Amino acid sequence: MSKNGKSSYTSGSSMERLYNGLVKENPTFVLMLGMCPTLAVTTSAMNGLGMGLTTMVVLALSNMIISLLRSIIPDKVRIPAFIVVIASFVTMVELLLEGFIPALYDALGLYIPLIVVNCIILGRAESYASKNPVIPSLFDGIGMGLGFSFALTCIGAVRELIGAGELFGFRIMPEAYVPCAIFIMAPGAFFVLAALTAIQNKIRINGEKKGKDMSKIQSGCNEDCMNCREEGCSHRFYGSSVKENGKAGNAGGQAVKSTDGKGRE
Amino acid sequence: MSDLMKVSSNPHVRSKVTTSSIMLAVIVALLPAAGFGIYNFGVDALILIVVTVATTVFTEYAYEKLMGKKVTIGDYSSVVTGLLLALNLPSSAPWWIGVLGGMFAILAVKMLFGGLGQNFMNPALAARCFLLISFTSIMTNFECDTYTGATPLAALKSGESLDILSMVIGKTSGTIGETSMIAIVLGACFLVLLGVIDLRIPGSYIVSFVIFICLFGGHGVNTAYISAHLAGGGLMLGAFFMATDYVTRPITKAGQYVFGILLGILTGIFRIFGPSAEGVSYAIIIGNLLVPLIEKSTPPKAFGTKGGKRA
Repeated sequence: MSKNGKSSYTSGSSMERLYNGLVKENPTFVLMLGMCPTLAVTTSAMNGLGMGLTTMVVLALSNMIISLLRSIIPDKVRIPAFIVVIASFVTMVELLLEGFIPALYDALGLYIPLIVVNCIILGRAESYASKNPVIPSLFDGIGMGLGFSFALTCIGAVRELIGAGELFGFRIMPEAYVPCAIFIMAPGAFFVLAALTAIQNKIRINGEKKGKDMSKIQSGCNEDCMNCREEGCSHRFYGSSVKENGKAGNAGGQAVKSTDGKGRE
Repeated sequence: MSDLMKVSSNPHVRSKVTTSSIMLAVIVALLPAAGFGIYNFGVDALILIVVTVATTVFTEYAYEKLMGKKVTIGDYSSVVTGLLLALNLPSSAPWWIGVLGGMFAILAVKMLFGGLGQNFMNPALAARCFLLISFTSIMTNFECDTYTGATPLAALKSGESLDILSMVIGKTSGTIGETSMIAIVLGACFLVLLGVIDLRIPGSYIVSFVIFICLFGGHGVNTAYISAHLAGGGLMLGAFFMATDYVTRPITKAGQYVFGILLGILTGIFRIFGPSAEGVSYAIIIGNLLVPLIEKSTPPKAFGTKGGKRA
């Protein structure tokens, strides 16, 4: 593992954030977040690109605003506060799309308002923007959005090429090619996503073998956050709720748990 | 040294039945249906069968070579998959349909899940459904030199009268291997006599299907209607050769009856209420997906315990 893992995170340089979103923590191929739009709208490269860019705009702007407000938002109501910010931007983007790019608006349909609940956006707000300064947060949003756009465009391109013989609407395959229609239907999305994720993993494993640092850094401590037991870690996914539990002690922890249970019912 | 002095670890008594002997038996049992298909549809059918079988065997060989695994084409399971898939294709299909289907069956359905014994659904049927969804017009084009009309089931659905005798013999249009009821039942008898398959799944499948179409078919207990449904389409091929696939059927005896009844009901629903005339392949695939649940809900009684529950 790298010796400068910590500095690569805390420095938060703009380029590092972009690289992080595009490659290291690619939201689709590495973090496996936002699967609903990934599988549903990528029937063509254009739809994938449109969805990705729309999400990127919302992601970058909401990251920026949430980062600006991070010291004002009370910890206990942070999720509703994030959602309000995100939903406002989604509404704006939706109206802009309807007004200026109606073709894309029609193609994406229901999935535009659903960007509000895209877990990449909420995830970045929670794990990055609410804890970091404005400029890195903005670039984190752009990087993640670019990674998402890249992934969706790739999936869309492969599906369109195999399922319709076209790429961005232009006929690529020879006349004799019979389109394999399953690839622009739901099963095709799963096939292509799985294949591209496998290729991405293969590249990552090869990179690790050559000694490159390709680990999925989420925290900067080079530990896998899923298996991390460091309770006080401020960079952890859902870190603040863990902190609360730790402070409140055992009884408090149980109380939190039971309300969680009720909430789910 | 005498034989008495030899020491070996258990098991001491071994069955002579191996995977390859079972698969060979299935191949032999499929030969009548394949032969009749070639007789019925001509050279096109033969070419398609050869191409498909060659593809499945070569795909398995190539995948295992590339991945550095033990090559298992000697168990003939890929031959069975290829043969079953080819028998499920219309003879008018171009050769690359067989190649694509064979590769999908072996790579996506069988090998990616760990090879023979690990596949969660029948590879041949999964490949057929893949092709059916992808290339609907090719897969439902049953026109060839010998026949131009609709398949018996499609004709039945649109209310035309049918010649049952020619359906039983197999002189009708359809996929390569499904038309002849006699040839399929002949092969199935061979398998039953050898003990490779038993009648639990095919029996409960066919009986429940007949009951279903009597209840919901709209013709009541009409012998001609029922026999047309039994002899037409892929019901016989599916019931005897694909629902009984060792890997994707339930292990428990009670579960096998449940599985057969489920397939009968699903096939009835697809044939009578569905938009297309045939539904055997989808029924078996959905049944395959439910096998883990069926097995869990029908555990066999442990020997020596009362009430079937472990103390």
